[in-house]
Amino acid sequence: MSIDIETARRVAKLARIRVEEAALPELARGLSGILGFMEQLNEVDVTGIEPMTSVTPMRLKRRADVVTDGDIQAQILKNAPDAREGFFAVPKVVE
Amino acid sequence: MTDLNQLTIAEARDLLRKRAVTAVDLTMACMTAMDAADGLNAFVHKTPEIALEQARAADARLASGAAPAMCGIPLGIKDLFCTKGVPSQAASRILNGFRPEYESTVTQKLFDAGAVMLGKLNMDEFAMGSSNETSCYGNAVNPWRRGNDTTPLTPGGSSGGSAAAVAADLCLGATGTDTGGSIRQPAAFTGIVGIKPTYGRVSRWGIVAFASSLDQAGPMTKTVRDAAIMLGAMAGEDAKDSTSAAIAVPDFEAALTGDIRGKKIGIPREYRMDGMPAEIEKLWADGAAMLKDAGAQIVDISLPHTKYALPAYYVIAPAEASSNLARYDGVRYGHRAKLAQGDGITEMYEKTRAEGFGPEVQRRVMIGTYVLSAGFYDAYYNRARKVRALIKRDFELAFAAGIDAILTPATPSSAFGLGEMADADPVQMYLNDVFTVTVNLAGLPGVAVPAGLDAKGLPLGLQLIGRPWEEGDLLNHAHVLERAAGFVSKPGKWW
Repeated sequence: MSIDIETARRVAKLARIRVEEAALPELARGLSGILGFMEQLNEVDVTGIEPMTSVTPMRLKRRADVVTDGDIQAQILKNAPDAREGFFAVPKVVE
Repeated sequence: MTDLNQLTIAEARDLLRKRAVTAVDLTMACMTAMDAADGLNAFVHKTPEIALEQARAADARLASGAAPAMCGIPLGIKDLFCTKGVPSQAASRILNGFRPEYESTVTQKLFDAGAVMLGKLNMDEFAMGSSNETSCYGNAVNPWRRGNDTTPLTPGGSSGGSAAAVAADLCLGATGTDTGGSIRQPAAFTGIVGIKPTYGRVSRWGIVAFASSLDQAGPMTKTVRDAAIMLGAMAGEDAKDSTSAAIAVPDFEAALTGDIRGKKIGIPREYRMDGMPAEIEKLWADGAAMLKDAGAQIVDISLPHTKYALPAYYVIAPAEASSNLARYDGVRYGHRAKLAQGDGITEMYEKTRAEGFGPEVQRRVMIGTYVLSAGFYDAYYNRARKVRALIKRDFELAFAAGIDAILTPATPSSAFGLGEMADADPVQMYLNDVFTVTVNLAGLPGVAVPAGLDAKGLPLGLQLIGRPWEEGDLLNHAHVLERAAGFVSKPGKWW
């Protein structure tokens, strides 16, 4: 499966990574190479095999549904590039 | 007497407990070595104040009597571990300036046991790489060289800083993480020991996530005994990581009896790759002979789906990474791009991630996005997960047939030169993990043990793969191999 420039543009968009127009052909070539490597998986007979979902047989644990922390607003905002009045600040989302 | 920084963890523990040395002196010796080794670019954030404070506390604890084995032992911590108040940025520009408000479970457990943190160690960005060349801090450099040739070599990756620091005696041990071989490959490239434990043995809480069904943390040390001691302090169930197993942590050091008589060692024929260097083939055969001399039985086995492990890995790991790395959006922590007039939130995401992620991380996030996208999910991701089930079954059948451990080479070559792979296809770099990646896919424990030098004078390692939760037995096999191989070489100091 080879990736064309349009697909590369779409993947970059889905991944929310800006790729300049001039860099798209190189990106498409790189992705195609890696996908070509993955084509080998088509040689394997996977009839009747369930996709692996758990690395070790285990039931996911549940914890009690209780509050375990809180009142740490300052800590949560400490690393924010832009925090104002107790909130994370971002560019305007709604016109 | 050797310099204190050259001690093993076991030697230092015994001297500390006898009060023949102090944790402060030991820590000072390591800090002196660390400060003189900037040419290796292993330590990227040094924490001397924290180290000395922890060392003084360790001395007080040692003076009062019973102290855990790791009490007063100076360590390096891979930059992937969140350490409270100390830069923790997974070697990525996108986490520039990030200082966690919390401590990872592994570092907390090590500190509770009295260990001393010297600083944070270089690595590949988000642990994606096999040569430490994708780091935002620049390359870490292998203390080993090809004889008198001064070409700088890779320490391997992704835990390249950890490997370089331990091999150069800057610290007594280091934490590493392993998603496809990131503990074992750098350990082999630098002549040290590294173990990736069973998936679920060590809590992943507070470790920056790469591929959650594959990531495990483990120790990187100078000897197998040290790995057993340090793993004991890192392991255990953690309420904060729902994948950490409710299985008791045994005394791994006590398992090092040196007796493997009657054990069955599997030699998987599929690991004999076309074009395998003769030196690697010989090392492997020598290793098997050593285990046989120790009374083990050598058995040829087949792991028929081995060939498909790398392509399956390079579907599954990027898929999980694309999901895990979605959190780096410039809102809650780390880097945010400067925005132009009129830029909205989408531009903020796209510019931030383009500036913050390096090329290899971008490539993997986009591959992961593609294989998870509508229309391709079944063809790539689900197929890879089915192949993964078959790879795991190969191992289960071998163990069900009575195999105790599997012996393979750790890497297809010795350390290569920094920059030598720059023009290669990304897939060529991925081949570094060909012997290690199966172990992550199957969730098994695997250990790299230094076993010899190649003709260029560089270390080569062998890998032993064990049954799930049997790290003690696995380390005992590694201990026998280590003793028989008698690897004592150290890199000549040039830095």
